[in-house]
Amino acid sequence: MKILIVGGGMGGTILANNLARRLKHELKMGKAHITMLSASEQHMYQPGLLYVCVGRMAPDELYREQATLLEPEIEFHVDPVEEFHLPKNHVKTKSGKVYDYDIIVIATGSRAMPESIPGLAENSVNCYTETAALDMWRQLKGFNGGTVTIAVGVPHKCPMIPLEVTFVLHDYFKDRGILDKVKFQYTYPIGRLHSLAPVGEWAQGEFERMGIHTETLFNMKEVDGANHVIHSEEGTQKPFDLLVAVPPHKGMEVIEKNGLGQNGWIPTDRHSLKMEGHDNAYVLGDTTNLPISKAGSTAHFEAEALAENLAAVIKLGEPVRDYDGKVFCFIEAGKDRATYAMFNYNQPPAPKAPNKAVHWFKMAYNQLYWASARGLL
Amino acid sequence: MSEKRTIDARGTFCPGPLMELIAGIKQAEIGDELEVLSTDEGSANDIPEWVNKVGHEVVGTSEAAGVWHVVVRKTK
Repeated sequence: MKILIVGGGMGGTILANNLARRLKHELKMGKAHITMLSASEQHMYQPGLLYVCVGRMAPDELYREQATLLEPEIEFHVDPVEEFHLPKNHVKTKSGKVYDYDIIVIATGSRAMPESIPGLAENSVNCYTETAALDMWRQLKGFNGGTVTIAVGVPHKCPMIPLEVTFVLHDYFKDRGILDKVKFQYTYPIGRLHSLAPVGEWAQGEFERMGIHTETLFNMKEVDGANHVIHSEEGTQKPFDLLVAVPPHKGMEVIEKNGLGQNGWIPTDRHSLKMEGHDNAYVLGDTTNLPISKAGSTAHFEAEALAENLAAVIKLGEPVRDYDGKVFCFIEAGKDRATYAMFNYNQPPAPKAPNKAVHWFKMAYNQLYWASARGLL
Repeated sequence: MSEKRTIDARGTFCPGPLMELIAGIKQAEIGDELEVLSTDEGSANDIPEWVNKVGHEVVGTSEAAGVWHVVVRKTK
């Protein structure tokens, strides 16, 4: 049984390692084979970029060699897929090689697209790539007061980022002693401060305490860089001296080019994680079209469920469980306080008041992530 | 030609049915209809509020067996 995993991010890596442990005997006997194809030899801890933005982490702290994270039985190639031939059970890679499979798992992730809103890329900062995070840090260092406007596109990766970046920037300016010279304007696309109602209610109280102005039902339409104004689809506008964006995201180009899903999101069954219309193709993490968080946590719990199921299919001939929509999100509420939201398809979140202990745990998780990627946590 | 698409956001809490609709509207063509399925009662209020503010059209809202069906037409 040949299992091909396309993508070496959080979902693909946890799946590969978890599966390798469950299939140790089968791999040893040559009855199973796991191959991973990735676009990069490096693996990045993406949530760490939030700390890079405010000078609390250096980018090189966020990377590990992908090969060192994988169980030795996993065949790993840095050779991104360019063509998916699902009816023929094979893919073709950038190097020209063809890889065939019995089961394929597609976990290619997503990308921020600030260029999809006119004027946004040129006139805003964000924390979604190493380059962008370093640019944000440099711009923050040179910012000595004025209006900081937070603008949020949909869909976007990590639903907690709009809140977290606001809290973290608030404490950054406080530490620099210029908070009294900074006016925060937080905007959000829907009629409350966060898509999760309990999280939005909690943020409302926090923002009022911190003096942060808010406007809901604000969807980015275009940015007028010359006049430092952002316009919304709803017909309103906000001035800014520093525009902090959570850009809209798309799936990877290769997904759309191969006709696997509009905007790079593959239609996926929410419980089995099977690609719709295919019995031997599965989808993980940001790549799905599921209406749940695009976040590493989602990929993590999906990967665990899928690893258990694929191992069961190989050993027993049938999957053994459904993915229940489980997500766990830390929420940094400043430089030294944090809370979390945990929920699934049936159980909404109930965030508690932030405290230092959860922040310290988040700090610990920033290192524990590598154990998580290895499928140990 | 206009299309009708379903956004099945039943049982999801994040990013939420309205966020899904906003993302869907951006991809849709003028005249397309999008039907949002939601088990969140708030969607029956949230979605029309946003649709009216932006200037699209709510074609209809109904509830059956705990699932709200809100149909929206993109008008601009």
